[in-house]
Amino acid sequence: MNTTTAQLPQSIWRTLLAEARPAISLFLALSLITGLAYPLLVTGVAQGLFADEANGSLILKDGKSVGSALIGQPFSDAKYLWGRPSATGPQPYNALASGGSNLGPLNPALVDTVKARIAEQRAANPAQTGLVPQELVTASASGLDPHISPAAARWQIARIAQIRGLPAERVQAIIEACTEQPAFGLFGEARVNVLQVNLALDALK
Amino acid sequence: MNHSSVLQVGLYLLILFLLAWPLGRYLADLFEGRVAERCPRLAAVAGRFYRLCGVNAGQDMSWWRYALALLAFNAIGVLVVYALQRLQVWLPLNPAGMAAVEPGSAFNTAISFVTNTNWQGYSGEAAMSHLTQMLGLAVQNFFSAATGLAVAIALVRGFARRSVAGIGNAWVDLTRATVGVLLPLSTVIAVFLVAQGVVQNFAGPTEVSLLQPVEYSQPKLDADGQPLKDAAGQVVTETVTAKTQSLSMGPVASQEAIKMLGTNGGGFFNANSAHPFENPTPLSNLVQILAIFLIPAALCFTLGHMVGDIRQGLAILGAMTLIFLVMVAIAIWAEGQANPLLTALGMDGSGGNLEGKEARFGSVQSALFAVITTAASCGAVNAMHDSFMPLGGLVPMWLIQLGEVVFGGVGAGLYGMLVFAIEAVFLAGLMIGRTPEYLGKKIESYEMKMVSVVILATPLLILGGTAISVLASAGVSSMANPGAHGFSEVLYAFSSAANNNGSAFAGLSANTPFYNLMLGPAMWFGRFTVIVPVLAIAGRLAAKPRLAVTAGTLPTHGPLFIVLLIGTVVLVGALTYLPALALGPIVEHLNLFL
Repeated sequence: MNTTTAQLPQSIWRTLLAEARPAISLFLALSLITGLAYPLLVTGVAQGLFADEANGSLILKDGKSVGSALIGQPFSDAKYLWGRPSATGPQPYNALASGGSNLGPLNPALVDTVKARIAEQRAANPAQTGLVPQELVTASASGLDPHISPAAARWQIARIAQIRGLPAERVQAIIEACTEQPAFGLFGEARVNVLQVNLALDALK
Repeated sequence: MNHSSVLQVGLYLLILFLLAWPLGRYLADLFEGRVAERCPRLAAVAGRFYRLCGVNAGQDMSWWRYALALLAFNAIGVLVVYALQRLQVWLPLNPAGMAAVEPGSAFNTAISFVTNTNWQGYSGEAAMSHLTQMLGLAVQNFFSAATGLAVAIALVRGFARRSVAGIGNAWVDLTRATVGVLLPLSTVIAVFLVAQGVVQNFAGPTEVSLLQPVEYSQPKLDADGQPLKDAAGQVVTETVTAKTQSLSMGPVASQEAIKMLGTNGGGFFNANSAHPFENPTPLSNLVQILAIFLIPAALCFTLGHMVGDIRQGLAILGAMTLIFLVMVAIAIWAEGQANPLLTALGMDGSGGNLEGKEARFGSVQSALFAVITTAASCGAVNAMHDSFMPLGGLVPMWLIQLGEVVFGGVGAGLYGMLVFAIEAVFLAGLMIGRTPEYLGKKIESYEMKMVSVVILATPLLILGGTAISVLASAGVSSMANPGAHGFSEVLYAFSSAANNNGSAFAGLSANTPFYNLMLGPAMWFGRFTVIVPVLAIAGRLAAKPRLAVTAGTLPTHGPLFIVLLIGTVVLVGALTYLPALALGPIVEHLNLFL
């Protein structure tokens, strides 16, 4: 094995021929292990131990799926809590085409879009005169974000309570029940699941 | 950075090092064959496996035989992934009825996954069948990481061995990396991710009802499925009401685990780790960012064990950690600011910049993720880098351009950093007028020529590719954002491709014939123009005797060397890329804040 660099060209083909069988067989064998056996094993364990999560954390009502606890839905009706704007097309919260707006910070299209959203939020929430919460006017990364911050949820309580004829405390309690805290109180943000709040609001009779 | 972000980063690193330390020892034992020695039954099974595959496991390969083996293995990968995409329409496990992928895109994607880049011109949930994802893309997630791991181990053997011709057996190393490291760790991570809510099934799109039906307009299609146009040539739109939402499903968790652990980064879905089915909670996010750095950090300990001086590995780890901390601080600070153009409109900016970010991660975990994914060669994203603040986007871009040596890709991070270490001792040698040596091996002109190839290859691909693209109309028309940001999109694309990262300023429409053909070769040559010279260095070093440490030896385990190494990495990166960065993110920052 004392081949020097100068002898390389003559040896390349001989070497490739000699290594062809291990290359192909190893490729096939390891493909079967990592490409079929592995995902099947994980699916088996997942469906056995965490069937709900493995199948999309679906929320069932009367035996029918009314959404996923992890995937947001679009809301624009004043009686509902509103979530993040979604940049997916053609419709918002299109779970077959996830993605963000990819607008850069200086892009005039971003400024115009946010300006319109702020106007819309102000019109829908006349009781609120302060700054508009950022989650309500900026698009999420996935276009499917199921959450907003507790502050952005509280901002909408007056509107929802008035339209539904509910005491504000009642709406507040539902929002708190649908709030998750950061992991270990440290990683990530506190967040309110918008769809779960709205399902709970509709369930009040 | 406030109190909480310091704590988050600190705790993250603490957990990382606690996990990497034992794993590093295990990797050394595994690749030096000590695991097989201790467990004869395992060795017997492995022996049968090698015989079945026609592998002569006892053969110690020369560097070029090792390189040819890896090239052949990866070339087969390109062919298979290309074929799977083109044929998926006739193959099983295609419940959503995905059509054959268009040739240019299939070519780009095949190279992308084989080279550990996972640049994605396509949208996963709209293009790939479950079979293509599992048997094509996820398999390459394993193999490309195994390739990187094998090359890193081969280079370390070059330092550790004395006066021998070989650097190990490529087939044995690939098998050990895949079955002995990646597979067991992925399985554990995948099951944890499912528990957090990542989906794992073989179903097609699942319909759920919408609580509030949504009205939207879409182009009206004629009988052939083409958009209808009116007399003026305008596309006719129709208003439709959707009462349901279709949720994309698939074997996501199994792919997600190796996507992070192998620093691959190719998402099952278009939104990658921002998609709630890929990364549903802050806890799944923590596990994903730990998985990215786990093997790269462990390899520093492996280096220490294999060369018989743990301090050498700690010095490399120290240099990586210091650069990482500075970059994290800048990114978290930059993303902690809201866009001043938007706060001027009456928007509350207290949460930082949230355009293109998920509420559960917020600005801190998004910035941290962005730094980790680009310090490593992962390229997964949990937020859209294109919408980052200018300096928040500069940090990931520059980390990629440094060559992803701050922890870096699986194997690729360590061998990249060792190349810089050789460069550093060479510079030191020039300054003090002594023959440079590193880890007991004399560094001579052959090694320095190879180091030069490694250090110059990617800048050539990045700056050359960007220059051609901004001069070509096909390159410019893909930009989504006007001005300096559009230039940043192109610069980021070539940086990401040539350094095998795979993240993007994703506004750029890269699934065009022009970018598919430009970026494909950039990924291939960015990968193998580094791997082949690194193996050549390994072969040459292995053949040399090990020098004794004398009073004249530059110690390579102390603070002085760490500073020298950081200086080399930063200087090369700054000199090469500052002019280009000045045209993109820096000018954009000045536009926004001055």
